[in-house]
This record gives sequence, structure tokens and C-alpha cells, in this order.
Amino acid sequence: MTTAASPRRLVWNRLMRHRLAQVSLAFLVVLLVLSLAAPLIADLRGIDPSTTDLFRRLEGPSAEHWLGTDDLGRDLFQRLLDGGRVSLLVGLSGALLSAILGAIVGVLAGYLGGRLDSVLMRLTDGVIALPLLPLLIVLAAIDPRKIGIPAEIAQSETFSLYRIVVIVALTGWTTVARLVRAETLSLKARDFTRAAQALGAVPLRIMFRHILPNAAGSLVVATTMSVGTLILFESTLSFLGLGTQPPAASWGNMLTGAQELLQQAPVLALWPGMLIFLTVIAFNFVGDGLQDALDPRSERR
Amino acid sequence: MSRYLASRAVQTVVTLALMSFVVYLLIGLMPGDPIDLMIAGDPKMTSADAARLRAVYGIDKPLMERYLAWAGQALQGNFGYSRSFNQPVLAVLWPRLLNTLVLAGIAFVLATAIALPLGIWAANRPRSRTDYLINLLCFAGISAPPFWLALLLITLFAVTLGWLPAGGMADIRPGTPWPAALAERLRFLALPVVTLTLVQLGGFTRFMRGAMIEALRQDYVRTARAKGAPERRVLWGHAFANALAPVLTILALSFGGLLSGALITETMFAWPGMGKAIYQAILDNDYNLALVGLLIATLATIVGNLLADLAYVWVDPRVSIAGSA
Repeated sequence: MTTAASPRRLVWNRLMRHRLAQVSLAFLVVLLVLSLAAPLIADLRGIDPSTTDLFRRLEGPSAEHWLGTDDLGRDLFQRLLDGGRVSLLVGLSGALLSAILGAIVGVLAGYLGGRLDSVLMRLTDGVIALPLLPLLIVLAAIDPRKIGIPAEIAQSETFSLYRIVVIVALTGWTTVARLVRAETLSLKARDFTRAAQALGAVPLRIMFRHILPNAAGSLVVATTMSVGTLILFESTLSFLGLGTQPPAASWGNMLTGAQELLQQAPVLALWPGMLIFLTVIAFNFVGDGLQDALDPRSERR
Repeated sequence: MSRYLASRAVQTVVTLALMSFVVYLLIGLMPGDPIDLMIAGDPKMTSADAARLRAVYGIDKPLMERYLAWAGQALQGNFGYSRSFNQPVLAVLWPRLLNTLVLAGIAFVLATAIALPLGIWAANRPRSRTDYLINLLCFAGISAPPFWLALLLITLFAVTLGWLPAGGMADIRPGTPWPAALAERLRFLALPVVTLTLVQLGGFTRFMRGAMIEALRQDYVRTARAKGAPERRVLWGHAFANALAPVLTILALSFGGLLSGALITETMFAWPGMGKAIYQAILDNDYNLALVGLLIATLATIVGNLLADLAYVWVDPRVSIAGSA
């Protein structure tokens, strides 16, 4: 090899050396593809996951229903895929939204400093001091009509999805904000920033063209890790009956009914929880691998 | 020091006041109000009656006015009545706070007692099989949804094996000899305590391991080893002493959050604690109870923060807060 590998290539190579991250990434890709293709798979199998059949409740695995049926006679495998779509969608878009929010707050506070910095950081500290779980529950219980959202929109299924994304993002941005602020403070003193200032670049350009791209590494790690946390939040809220509303499936709300059926059908409690667990741990492993790959000086295994 | 404490106390009061307003606002945005529920309970009520009731309870007034009225009462120590319990809010919350402290306290002590040695053990053998295994278990602990963990434990120990009760709290008849009473209490505590311990264990161990690895890499450790200090002294006297500060901070922070963080565990095991009370109050539109419960939980987090800062100074004499405040 005579040509030097690009930095991105190097990071990728190092990530691929992290065995767990590799397996996790493969798992997440398969899960994402399967859950996005769920309607297609349902068509191919000739199964409608939303049809209930009370004569075929709680059946065991069979050729027709691969993982059996739930308490309303729906196909468990298809419901799990549908639930996966919700969990992944909420986790990924929530993490992205909180990364954007956090990055903006962090870079503004760190670069502009002064009074704005102390106001933004006090705000961040304040949000961190709030009791997270009860607050999520209050936010999820709010009646959207009381904040001026028309009833027909408020009752639609897509709205409940967006709403949960916003709720989890509102609580997730603080970690990113603190991280980006710290990075900004150190990048602000570096020569390339000073050069850009000398060339007369406006603060906005310096922040978004010079500082944020250089903070991207740790931003990516933090965002990847937060996907897992946000999936946990979503499933907790849905489990409590405040997130994704039935009949729409989500891994969390599939477990809600399972507690009463522990005697008759303990497997109903096993599958959705197992998938939440595996997905969250996979995102954490990928984040861990990325951290090692992006910062080779940090401890290596 | 006292100036620092005073400024922190002022900060705490301001945060609490802001928080009470935010929560008041949010709770007002939840569907229905107390009058809606009264209407639902009495089909003969007309809309004129409802309007009159709203006026009696002051719900027709603007938000700010209502909040100030509430805050004025709260400052005089009157936190209002819980609608679902028909008791003063504090009378409802106090015993539940104690229940949560018992559950969360035991789980916290257990998690710390297991996590610290485990983290140090792993840090002392970086990249070994033991370290790898411990790390894997930590990731598992962080990633398992608490409510699912509770479901699994209930399935195994309560439903399948039938060894332990699935939930609730021991009902001790008066006159029971104390060893039997204690055993009965512990039987009911076992599953929630195990759940809450497992939930915290992974994070604590990872922090301890990280802090210890960081400390072991420092120059003073190399110096100590070069001088020929015994390994035990290097590990505990030098590395651990330095790794303790960040770990104590995390521990203090987590304990503050536990008061409401035990919500899921309490709900799953029907443990009559604070978290469950707050959750129920939110679902039942019990405004006063939810509001005061959330404020107590916030206060706990803030106190946790304060303890974290004080702990830092206590274990690390190089840090002084007199200058920074």
C-alpha cells in the first residue's frame, strides 16, 4: 500500500477491530432492514399483523406464526418488527434532535462565553437537576389541545410518534451541550481558530465551519450512546401506557399486557424485552467501539 | 465555606421556585381538571354548576394568579390536600418517602459495596479476561430495561419458583416476634432491592473502573512503584485515594436521583414509595400531590448535587471551594 489511508478509513478499520462493535453494528443493520421491510414481509407471509383472532390466542410457534400469537391472536413476529420500527425511529431521530439542540447550545455557550455562557449553563444544570422519569411522565401526559394543537392532529398516530421524539430529545440534549461546550473551549484557543478570526471570519462561520466539525468525533460517540438511552426511555413510557398507543405496536407497550399473563404465557414478556435489551446494548457497544476508534490514545482493549 | 454554602442555598431556593412554576404549568396542561372529574362523577351536574365550581376552586383565574396563590399557601406550610387520598399532601407523602428511603438506601449500599471492589479489580487487570467479562456485565446492566428486569425476576422467583412475593409490602401483625417480622419484611424487599441494585450496578462499576485506570496511569503511581512501594500501598494509598473523588461525585448525584428513579421498580412491585405515589398522582390528576412530590424529588437531586461538591472537597484537599464560589 503506497497511498496513505484517509482518516475516515483509519477510524473504520479501528472500529472493525472492536469485535463487539462489529457484531453489534451487523445486528442493528439487520434489525433496521427487517423492521423497515416489515409490511413487505407481512405481505409475503400473507399475514396482517393488526388482525385479531380470539380463537387463536397465545398459540405457540408454528409454521404459520413463527413465534406464535399474542393475547389477541396477532402474529408475534410481525408485531415485534413493527415495534422495532417505532423504537429505532424514536431512538435515532430523538438522538439526532438532541445532538443538534445540544451542539447549538454548547457551541454558543463555549464560543461566545460571558453572560450567555452562564445563562445557558445554568439552564443545563437546571434541566439536569430535574427528576427525569416523573418529568418524562408529566410531559407525556400533557394534553396537546391545551397548548393549541388542533384536536384532529393531536389524535393522529404520527403526532404521538413526533411527540415522543420531542419529549425524549428535550431531556437528552444536556449531555451533548456540556460536551460540546468543553470541546469548544479547547478548540477556541487553537491556531486554526485564531487564523480564521484573523482572516475576518464571522463568529457564526467559525462556530459551524471550524469548531463543530472538529468536535464531531466526540459528538458522534455521545449521540450513538444516547440512542440506547432514548430507546430505554421510549419503551419505559410506552410500557407505562404514555408513549406509543395501542393498537400501534412498540416493544414497550407489548410488555404492558405481559405482566398479567406471566402465568399463562411467559414468552410474551421475554421477546420484546430481549429485543430492547439487545438493541440498547448494541448501540452502547458501537458507541464504545467508536470512542476507541476515534481516540486511539484512550485506553484500548 | 459558609459563604459558599449560603450561595448554594440561595441557588437551591431559586431553582426550587422556578421548578415549582414549571411543574405547576405542566400539570395544568394535563388533560382534564379536578372539576371535569367531579362532573364525570355526578351526571346531574349542569355546565352552570361546573362553572360555579371552577370559580369556587379558583380554576377560572389566570395561571399566574393561581400559581401565586398556591405558592403563598405553600410558603405558609400549607401544601394542600391530596384529592385521591383525602389527606394533607405531606401526610400522604411522608410515610412513602420513608418506604422509598428504605428500598433505595439498601439497594444503593449494596450496589456501591459490589461495584467499587469489582471496578478496582477490573482496573487492576486491564485487557484481561476478567476485565472483559466485568465490562460485558456492566454493559448488560446499563442496557437492561428496569421494568423488564423486574418482570423476569417476578416470573422466575414469584411465578415459577414461588419463593418470594411478587409485590407489596409486609403486613406485620402486632405482637409478631421481631425476628419473624424482620424476615417477613426482607422477603418483600428482596425482589425490588435486587432489581434496583442491578439497575445501578453497571454504571457504578464502569465509573470506578474508569477512574481507577485513569489514576493508575498517573506519574505518581509510577513514582511510587519505582520507589519500591508495596503494590497494595500503590493500589489503595495512591491510586484509590485519587480515584475516589470523581466516583464519590457520581455516587452522590445518583443517590439524589434515586428518590424518583425508583419509580419503575416501585410501580412494578407495588412498593408504596414516593416514585409510585408521584406516578399515580399524575395519572389520577391529583395536582397537589404530583406537584409536591415532584418538588421533593427535585430537592433531593439538588441536595445530591451539593453533597457531590462537598464530597469532592472532602476527599481532595487540593480543591477549595472558597475561591470558586
